[in-house]
Amino acid sequence: MANSLYSIVATFESPDTIIKAAKAVRDAGYKKFDVHTPFPVHGMDKAMSLPETKLGFVTLAAAILGAVGMISFASWVAAVDYPLVIGGKPYWSWPAFVPVTYEIAVLASVVLTVVIMIVFFFKFPNISHPLHDTPYMKKVSSDKFGVSIQAQDELFNEKKVRELLQSLGGNVDAVYYSDEFINFKPQLFEPKFLLLLAGIAMASSAGGYLLWNKILFLPPYDWMMEQQKVKPQMVSNFYSDKFAMRQPVEGTVARGYIPYPYKDKPDDAGKYLVNPLLPTKQVLELGKKKFLTFCSPCHGNFGQGDSRLRGQFPNPPSLHSDKVRGWPDGNIYHVITNGQNVMPSYQYQVSREERWAIILYIRTLQRALNAKESDLQ
Amino acid sequence: MSATLMDYTKEVPVVEGTPTAASLDEAISKPLYTFPKRNWFIGLAISGSMLLFGIITVTWLLWKGVGIWGINQPVEWGFDVVNFVFWVGIGHAGTLISAILFLLRQKWRTGIARFAEAMTLFAVLCAVQFVLFHTGRPWLAIVYLFPYVTQHGVWVNFISPLEWDVFAVNTYFTVSAVFWYVGLIPDLATLRDRATTKMRKTVFTILSLGWRFSNRHWQHYERAYLIMAGFATPLVLSVHTIVSFDFAVSVIPGWHSTIFPPYFVAGAIFSGFAMVQNVLIVTRKAFNFEYLITMDTIEKMNKIMLLTGSMVGFAYLTESFIAWYSGNPFEQFTFLNYALGPYGWSAAVLISCNVLLPQLFWFKKVRTSLLASFILAIFVNVGMWFERFIIIVVSLHRDYLPSSWRMFIPTVWDFGMLIGSFGLFFTLVLLFVKFLPSISMSEIKSVIPGAQPSHHGNGAHHG
Repeated sequence: MANSLYSIVATFESPDTIIKAAKAVRDAGYKKFDVHTPFPVHGMDKAMSLPETKLGFVTLAAAILGAVGMISFASWVAAVDYPLVIGGKPYWSWPAFVPVTYEIAVLASVVLTVVIMIVFFFKFPNISHPLHDTPYMKKVSSDKFGVSIQAQDELFNEKKVRELLQSLGGNVDAVYYSDEFINFKPQLFEPKFLLLLAGIAMASSAGGYLLWNKILFLPPYDWMMEQQKVKPQMVSNFYSDKFAMRQPVEGTVARGYIPYPYKDKPDDAGKYLVNPLLPTKQVLELGKKKFLTFCSPCHGNFGQGDSRLRGQFPNPPSLHSDKVRGWPDGNIYHVITNGQNVMPSYQYQVSREERWAIILYIRTLQRALNAKESDLQ
Repeated sequence: MSATLMDYTKEVPVVEGTPTAASLDEAISKPLYTFPKRNWFIGLAISGSMLLFGIITVTWLLWKGVGIWGINQPVEWGFDVVNFVFWVGIGHAGTLISAILFLLRQKWRTGIARFAEAMTLFAVLCAVQFVLFHTGRPWLAIVYLFPYVTQHGVWVNFISPLEWDVFAVNTYFTVSAVFWYVGLIPDLATLRDRATTKMRKTVFTILSLGWRFSNRHWQHYERAYLIMAGFATPLVLSVHTIVSFDFAVSVIPGWHSTIFPPYFVAGAIFSGFAMVQNVLIVTRKAFNFEYLITMDTIEKMNKIMLLTGSMVGFAYLTESFIAWYSGNPFEQFTFLNYALGPYGWSAAVLISCNVLLPQLFWFKKVRTSLLASFILAIFVNVGMWFERFIIIVVSLHRDYLPSSWRMFIPTVWDFGMLIGSFGLFFTLVLLFVKFLPSISMSEIKSVIPGAQPSHHGNGAHHG
């Protein structure tokens, strides 16, 4: 290699001599020098007058970033984006997020410290340094201790440096580099390379998306869709009647079922049934909602029998007749439950509570449309 | 430099004799450059066959599902979780040796740290596969183990200990791998400069990232190592704590216990040291590293096993006492069932392997005998496996309702996974000792006689 001088190097045999040499080089005023040892030698930082490393601040920042980021993410997931009641605990059960927060803080601080140290403190990966592959490097990577003073140093004078290092007892050598070699810079930001990176990023994210969101839901990976179980309306060859759906066993009572003993006995219903609800605002609002949904299509919005069905279905009589106004609540309940004339039963659409609420709402309508003088005051 | 310089430490020398730095490089990198002995191939053949059995098992498992195992109600967690906890426990020794003993300035760790860290990585890999495969459909695991955005809009549950476990084990694996790799960088650079073939030169050049042994780098490097050790120390304690939460947070008798975290951590260190001891004794013999991994190191490992083994024994006593003292009939029944139930033999194995046999380490003759250390370490591993078997399977097989009691009978595929994991572990260990320096060259060179300056006044922040 025909070439420029990179540095004058010297190797020493023992840790004592290298410490002495480093101090001497420092005291001679050189700035661009370095010491290469096969392992860290105690006291070398002081001998070279190196400032304290700032790596700890990187770790602190990374740990805070990891901890704050993780606990915010866990809180957002559990309390905002996907709230689920688990074990009766509040959505934002922050003590339960401590383990994951701790783990991510450790992960972030260790990984970021190492990556930032390697990339920004060491400027690695760099495999084209002039010192690489020199006899000097091969010695200091095994058992020798070396000093290297760069030609770029302001005080550099080849003869003086050689003399200094020789006087310290070093085995002096010189390291050269070819200009072509040192001027070679990998074109990290050339368009082709960036395009390649973008391509890899897009391919991997598209692949991941396709795999986890599409492909795994296509045959043959969707075998969980076809399960060997009977569903309603299916044919079953197991039973003689070929019905997959079965009748409940005789005497089965549905959950929450309460028998209605006044079928065909409207007068008894009127006599014995008592409205359990009070006409509070809440109850009346429920009654209004259910009345408008289920009753008003035929009975009209105010119960006057003015159907919205335009004659497609016979109009019922008004709910404001003396007869209905004179009925006890139980009679109206009976009609909603069992139906009357052409009106069908509404017991499956309207729950018991809702029926009583509707009755209270009807009473309110009746009083509003047939108000007495005293009511107006 | 003469050996008299070592007097200032007043410690037992870390290495025996006065090897030179160059001879250490030569000895440690020798396995990389020489054709392996016949024994290495025999070992690889055995572990490879075990691994093959494991691969066949996993293939059949993926095809058929977890029903091929012996698990069923009420023993929903069988060998899968037993093996997971067992391997995670073994993985604890490496970080303990490399991080905690580093902070405590225990120089004897130098000879075994690299090795133990590698074993940590391999053991955690073995552990992770069990969790992954016991999910049933591992290709979907990334969706429901990690907080990954899917079209379902469903997130993972951060309140669940199982989710904490995912974070803990993954963090542990990543941090251990980073720790291990950072420790390897100077050695990889040494190997780069020793390389004789182009292939090796290329590989080690890339892996060493261009390390130049510059003191301006060593300065940051040492600080980073210290920081990582500081973070890894609480991490290693947190991982098995969180694994124990998988059990302790539930309400199963025998699991619902506040003593679990320290008890699990002690057990993990116990079994981890036993496994390191086993592999260490073999490697030491095979590569003639007797002067680097000294008898003193092995004796100290035995002392730690004696300590942690007694802690585990004490935990057993405490647990049994609390079961009686709690007055909870289910808790009392579970502990009686451990000893007198149909799996009572496993409790006998547990007590003799974990509590009684390690007490032999009180005798110096046993501690300093290679054969005794090796055999006792095997017993400890067997005992610790049975500890997890008892905690998981024996607690579950007789739960609150006698009508649902059922025996757990492992199938051949349960054993296939177990044997396969041992095959994976030992195959990786064998490849590691062949292709990478199994002792840290730069670290051991820094502790041989005469490696450090004799005026030892200003090395304030050394490691």
